[in-house]
Amino acid sequence: MTDQNDEVIAINNLHKTYVTGFKALEDIDLSIKRGEIFALLGPNGAGKTTLINIVCGIVNATSGNIKASGFDIKKDYREARSLIGLVPQELTTDMFEKVIDTVKFSRNLFGKKDDDQKIEKILKDLSLWEKKDSKIMTLSGGMKRRVMIAKALSHEPEILFLDEPTAGVDVSLRKEMWEMVRKLRENGVTIILTTHYIEEAQEMADRIGVINKGKIILVQEKKELMKKLGKKQLILSLQEPLNRSLNHSYEISEDKKELTYTFDEKTGVNDLLKELSEQGLLFKDIRTKESSLEDIFVGLIGRKQ
Amino acid sequence: MNVHSVQAIYSFEMKRFFRTLFQSIASPVISTSLYFIVFGSAVASRMGEIDGVKYGAFIVPGLVMLSILTESVSNGSFGIYMPRFSGTIYEILSAPISPFETVVGYVGASATKSIILGSVILLTAKLFVNYEIQHPLTMITFLVLTSVTFSLFGFIIGVWADGFEKLQIVPLLVVTPLTFLGGSFYSIHMLPPLWQK
Repeated sequence: MTDQNDEVIAINNLHKTYVTGFKALEDIDLSIKRGEIFALLGPNGAGKTTLINIVCGIVNATSGNIKASGFDIKKDYREARSLIGLVPQELTTDMFEKVIDTVKFSRNLFGKKDDDQKIEKILKDLSLWEKKDSKIMTLSGGMKRRVMIAKALSHEPEILFLDEPTAGVDVSLRKEMWEMVRKLRENGVTIILTTHYIEEAQEMADRIGVINKGKIILVQEKKELMKKLGKKQLILSLQEPLNRSLNHSYEISEDKKELTYTFDEKTGVNDLLKELSEQGLLFKDIRTKESSLEDIFVGLIGRKQ
Repeated sequence: MNVHSVQAIYSFEMKRFFRTLFQSIASPVISTSLYFIVFGSAVASRMGEIDGVKYGAFIVPGLVMLSILTESVSNGSFGIYMPRFSGTIYEILSAPISPFETVVGYVGASATKSIILGSVILLTAKLFVNYEIQHPLTMITFLVLTSVTFSLFGFIIGVWADGFEKLQIVPLLVVTPLTFLGGSFYSIHMLPPLWQK
């Protein structure tokens, strides 16, 4: 059980059915811990954005309740929303505005007084300070994404939602953003991100939730998830084809020259290697392979369908 | 009341007005001048006086109200429709601000713009005709009430519309007939009896 103070977002019994009858979310229960990076993984149309939009007050839930830092998002919406920052998936900005103006606007909109120093710090941290007087329409896609992050951070939220933060962002900028997210976490901000890039969740998240067809399939510590569902494989290339059977279970390639052995921490590889050397088999190459989060994810989604 | 948030929306909208000051002011001023030239000069010579007021002066309040009406509806609807259209509405919706405060911010800005515009037109009229304001307080009350009412009406249209066509159809169907049948350019007594009702 999570300690009450430790829980920054509590979602209970959440349902969302659109007017068309489409069930976007079904019976969602989710608890986000203070100070963690939580990745919400799921294919397109799984309900990730709907979930985020409900927490942020953009979409109304059909039923269920949500608390942010103890504040009900409906009853105490002022307190709850002041704590939350959102970077939406789409690059929606006021094209004709200057960067600094739009960031200041966001701060005031969230009920905070002007504070030039804070704004300057946010813009500098995001490498936007030189562009502060540029109109947003003149910026590149990556820069626009940063502006949106700056807007979301302008009122110093405790909880930050990043909806597909690195969609359409090149590799180097993506790395920079990961760095920035880590820095934010160090400053005590809780971060919930959704992503298509499983690599991203693997790289950054403390915990991972998998959502598919409006239902949360699983929520787990990333390390646990990798340990529990991750497979390790030892792949041995043999000098001679293997023409006898071994005591271990294994897979062998058609030419009988490549042997694949699946193991975990308990079984290890010692026994197999011992048997092979006793049999006098010689190796050309030895390599190991660990299943990535992607394999796990695809496996999970596939199994549920 | 979340003053900072209301102020943020209000000043954001006003900033847009001042940034496009030329378009915001020039087009209504030019069209009003045209009205004065056509109605005030060409028609006035044949019209004579209406209820003891010279025709040129008679159309001034009507023209001011006409501009306020159309501008209020269009500003009120555009103000809220544009963020819906561009998607930036997400920020307003996720902000700690009540629906009432949102309306105050947008409608307040829209009404302010209309009042500024009405005053500019009143001043422009002075270039063409000689008129005097006999009840300034009543005039100001009317200006403010009309601006607020029609900005609110515009806001409703902006929330309701799901395309630019719908945004324009209501002003076309409601506001234009109102101005032409409302006695801005003539006394209502001149209309056939059915239309006077």
